[in-house]
Amino acid sequence: MSATATWQWKRPSVLPGFGLAFGYTLLYLSLIVLVPLSAAFFKTFTLTWPAFWATVTAPRVLASLRLSFGASLIAALINAVFGLLVAWVLVRYRFPGRRVIDALVDLPFALPTAVAGIALTAVYAKNGWLGSFLEPLGIKVAFTPLGVLVALTFIGLPFVVRTVQPVLEDFEPELEEAAATLGADRWQTFWRVIIPAVGPALLTGFTLAFARAVGEYGSVIFIAGNMPMVSEITPLLIITKLEQYDYAGATAIAVVMLVISFALLLLINLLQWWSGKRTAGI
Amino acid sequence: MTTATLSLPAPASARNRATAEPWLVRWLLIALALGFLGVFLLIPLAAVFTEGLRKGVQAYFAALLEPDAVSAIQLTLLVAVIAVPANLIFGVTAAWAIAKFDFKGKSVLITLIDLPFAVSPVISGLIYVLLFGLQGWLGPWLQDHNITIIFAVPGLVLATMFVTFPFVARELIPLMQAQGNDEEEAARVLGASGWQIFWRVTLPNIKWGLLYGVILCNARAMGEFGAVSVVSGHVRGLTNTMPLHVEILYNEYNFAAAFAVASVLALLALVTLVLKSLVEWKTRRELSEAALATENPNR
Repeated sequence: MSATATWQWKRPSVLPGFGLAFGYTLLYLSLIVLVPLSAAFFKTFTLTWPAFWATVTAPRVLASLRLSFGASLIAALINAVFGLLVAWVLVRYRFPGRRVIDALVDLPFALPTAVAGIALTAVYAKNGWLGSFLEPLGIKVAFTPLGVLVALTFIGLPFVVRTVQPVLEDFEPELEEAAATLGADRWQTFWRVIIPAVGPALLTGFTLAFARAVGEYGSVIFIAGNMPMVSEITPLLIITKLEQYDYAGATAIAVVMLVISFALLLLINLLQWWSGKRTAGI
Repeated sequence: MTTATLSLPAPASARNRATAEPWLVRWLLIALALGFLGVFLLIPLAAVFTEGLRKGVQAYFAALLEPDAVSAIQLTLLVAVIAVPANLIFGVTAAWAIAKFDFKGKSVLITLIDLPFAVSPVISGLIYVLLFGLQGWLGPWLQDHNITIIFAVPGLVLATMFVTFPFVARELIPLMQAQGNDEEEAARVLGASGWQIFWRVTLPNIKWGLLYGVILCNARAMGEFGAVSVVSGHVRGLTNTMPLHVEILYNEYNFAAAFAVASVLALLALVTLVLKSLVEWKTRRELSEAALATENPNR
């Protein structure tokens, strides 16, 4: 009979408004997110399994998936290395314009992707500011898979910086001092003391940048050139199928991407839980 | 005497030598980081403005005042004016339910709220086409009742709401969880009603976090391209938002005009960054003031 013995879904509280707030949250979440998303899955069920399999393993689809995931992986790796460097420089060193640079790191979050796309194309085209230097070296960026890589690096740039920065800020100098006292040089301290501490945050930032890059559309399509089998990303292929009124085909590819994205989201949550645990344990 | 001199802090240079890099390494690292940011951020940003002004100031303003551009600006504002407040109300309600109460399945609910961030913008548009398009679930019914959602303004608003869905909620939930329930419970015990508690206790505590979420939500709402592109139908002057207008001009090789409209969006992005930094600075200052006040209540 007692309240503590029975299973409780919600702990009692003196504060009012739970029913209304919770109900509205569920209603709005269902209407805007859950019902429309489930529409994608139900639409795929109108395809038979062989038809679904044939759609998602068509050479053009596989080529686009290879490009989307491959370029996203390389872009996330570039961002992991340079993101750590930028975070390090912003936290540890003082130089003129540091605060402005710090604020500008978030530009890829704030700048509309279409604007980023045409700007990068203008800069990296063969008569552009940077393209005209790269062209004589035989490096073509715009309208090649390399252009896709540049756009995806731009779009994922803030993630690693913003996940690593707070960890570096909170890093206790005593740990480095202890390492120095014990005879470690700076390089050893960096690899054996600092990297293990920022590792989980670095991995989280890497995964976030990767997940964002896989789905990116606006900044890529202008610079990619969009040649089927060569520089066509998966989101663009979905749009192409839609414009040909191949709704089932578009949805089949979308579902493949959704499943991979949800797996990544799960991984990110696990990583954050793990890194939270780790820092709590220290 | 000796103990006193020992306890004095050593000069900064001597103290830091063991845990700092030689100035050459330091200088190289700064140069490398700035070089990377320059190539990927600063040069493209500068290119937007110079390309926009390439044909002169007059052509620049002509591109912005042309009727299709004006209607694109109006539509972008309209979409943001609907989508941002809708997600603001949702964010506050969701944060109230999640942060102020304990119930089972809370982490599942938080993950579901974050879901739109994991979905490609193109797919965010696609799901509404599957739901409301002519071949969609509700398509035939909507057509019978003369309601158009896809390739019309309601579709643009819905897709934008989906894409910007988590911004306010994910800013407020951790903030309100960290603040706890003590002040609200005290207000309740003193006889305040639910609305009084919210307006007089909770809202003043979360106002900066709320503003932060709204700034980010608004930037994304005005700049969204992929999702909006799928549901828009690209009818000039009718269903074109500013980012879509940029695309149309660019594909027509009208580069100067495309960059002129793009520069307005880039300006908006810069304003967003400034506001964001201001709010961050303000929050940090209030936090340190609060810490000082608790350390020294008689101050």
